[in-house]
Amino acid sequence: MSEIMIRMTNIHKSFGQLCVLNGVDLEVEKGQIIAIIGPSGSGKSTLLRCINQLEKIDKGVIEIEGVVVTAVDTPGVHAAPKEQVRATLNKTGMVFQSFNLFPHMTTMENIIEAPLTVKKMKKEDALSIGRAKLERVGLAEKADAYPSKLSGGQKQRVAIARALAMNPDIMLFDEPTSALDPELVGEVLDVIKQLAAEHMTMMVVTHEMGFAREVADRVIFMDNQNIVADCPPKQFFDHPEHPRIIAFLDKMLSNKAQ
Amino acid sequence: MEPTFAAISVSLGGSLIEMNIFEYIVFITPQMSEGLGTTLMIYALTILPALLLGFALGIVKANGPAPVKGLLGVYTWAWRGTPLLLQLMIMKFGLRYIGVIIPDILGAVIVFTLNMGAYITEIMRGAIQSVDKGQYEACHALGIPRGRMMLRVIIPQSIRIAIPPACSEAINLVKDVAIIAVIGMQDILRVANQITQRDHTIIPYIYGFIVYLLLSSLLVKLFGRLEKRFTSYD
Amino acid sequence: MTICAIDFTISWDYIAGFMPEIWDGFFTSLKIFGIVLFCGFFIAIIIAALKAYGPKLVRSILGVYTWMFRGTPLVLQLMLVYYGFPYIGITFQEGIVVAVIIMTLSAAAYEAEIIRGGLISIDKGQFEASKALGMTFLQTLRRVVVPQTVRRVLAPSCSEVIILFKDTSLVTSIAVYDLLRRASGRAGYDFTIEPYIVALIFYLVFSSILVIVFNRLEKRYSVSL
Repeated sequence: MSEIMIRMTNIHKSFGQLCVLNGVDLEVEKGQIIAIIGPSGSGKSTLLRCINQLEKIDKGVIEIEGVVVTAVDTPGVHAAPKEQVRATLNKTGMVFQSFNLFPHMTTMENIIEAPLTVKKMKKEDALSIGRAKLERVGLAEKADAYPSKLSGGQKQRVAIARALAMNPDIMLFDEPTSALDPELVGEVLDVIKQLAAEHMTMMVVTHEMGFAREVADRVIFMDNQNIVADCPPKQFFDHPEHPRIIAFLDKMLSNKAQ
Repeated sequence: MEPTFAAISVSLGGSLIEMNIFEYIVFITPQMSEGLGTTLMIYALTILPALLLGFALGIVKANGPAPVKGLLGVYTWAWRGTPLLLQLMIMKFGLRYIGVIIPDILGAVIVFTLNMGAYITEIMRGAIQSVDKGQYEACHALGIPRGRMMLRVIIPQSIRIAIPPACSEAINLVKDVAIIAVIGMQDILRVANQITQRDHTIIPYIYGFIVYLLLSSLLVKLFGRLEKRFTSYD
Repeated sequence: MTICAIDFTISWDYIAGFMPEIWDGFFTSLKIFGIVLFCGFFIAIIIAALKAYGPKLVRSILGVYTWMFRGTPLVLQLMLVYYGFPYIGITFQEGIVVAVIIMTLSAAAYEAEIIRGGLISIDKGQFEASKALGMTFLQTLRRVVVPQTVRRVLAPSCSEVIILFKDTSLVTSIAVYDLLRRASGRAGYDFTIEPYIVALIFYLVFSSILVIVFNRLEKRYSVSL
């Protein structure tokens, strides 16, 4: 059996009175590519952000690579010591909808900042890794450019390179193309597809149905603060059963056709 | 042909001498320059400490523990909520009445520094708080520790945000320095005041007015250039 | 009651004794503040509108006006007019007249720049859309531009008002018996610090009230449109 990279058990999360996650369970195996889709407000992004502790859960357990990084209100289960949790979280990388590049640093400086600071690498080593990752996303020539001079698609690719430079085992994508103009979406999806082909463990929250269908091993549909479906794309897109899923697909695909 | 200007009578060494405007202007320039010198000296001694103080305290106020934030809050509230002239008067006269005597220039520099420092503190604090939250999230996701994040990511961006309002304050400072004339210190305004009383002409005031106009315009240009240099990301 | 080692004791009777003159000074300050605020505001609107939309000559003249009033210290302007103008034949009966006129002109200059900044930040597209809908320029100003401008200039204007209140203390320099002059006069006469402390409290409390009022106002109205 494949190694379980992420295990989320009984995750509850509310923002004040608003319940966003209601007892979610999820397991991700190594090398799997998960697409998370669903209507707005269904908790997709929140679920992702709980994994690397950008959001604090109200109840439940999150394990990454076997290490309990978060345990709340669950008798008998405690989080691992801080150092171990930090080290484990560092094995995840995240790409944001709004890129969040550091505007006052060049592309290369953005990419090597974390390797230098967190992994305490020597500058030459960090730079060679940086160059390799930049090459990989197809932006080698933009190493000395500032983010303000890049297009949306280029910025997101730099963001991906920045996350990759830390050599993560798991990549988390939070609606990576939602903020991009339509003609720039493709270049980012291509990079993500490449990563998928190399069997990087990935969770991608997305609205791009075609991409999900083509690349994902599992499609997870969230609605009403929980996971409603979890199946291979063929089954999800070609033989949807749940009425909510059918309605959702109908809406998404008819919009696309326009 | 020499134009006829009002002649100014100046009593010099006991006798009355008549000068025209130009001669008079030259005549009072040495004294006015001394006054200007005092103004510039206080400005120069204040501006750097005030900016550094505000910069440091602003960072502390944005990130520090609650009691420290509270204390700094009282500082900025008190120094921004009361008039500069009152603060100077307390420094020069009030303290004297309870037995604490501080030399004029030093006292003035301290008051101006603490006063401007309070404004810069609030500017810097506001700038730090206005940095996009996404920057914090990206650092969190990359595992960059908090101290390093502040140093390399948040503060550099905060400084860029804080520069325009800080430059405004720096330009205002030169006008605020004139207030020391009211507490009897010899800046260019007070010199103008004294010469006017002595020679019974409005010219010293006009002179001072023009000097200030040029001075502030010069600072506007200077800081304008500084702003441009430091607020573009290239 | 002894506070600390420095030669300093608080006498409440003493303070009660000079409070009447302090209140007197405070109301003078308040009076000046009120008049300058009211007049200065209206003048500022006119100047701002003229500077934003007026003919070139008018803009230049007003430009010189704002340059002179914003480029020199208020205290210099006050002294120049009160002590200097008599030598060119213009005398003033009371300092408070000079105070009100000069502070109004000064406040109007600063506020006009703030308002003008707000006016010119309104996108041209707003005017174009209004014109396409058939509105006159004045209608456009009244219904489209002004509401948006108010929201944008509210915050900086509130700061200016608070600065204005503190600046009233400068009228001390031209023999106007405002709060500061009363306090410093009493302190200088008796060689005590209490009047200054009382003045500090007055200024602090009033400026804090202004801040609270303005924060409420800003919360309600200052949304970027």
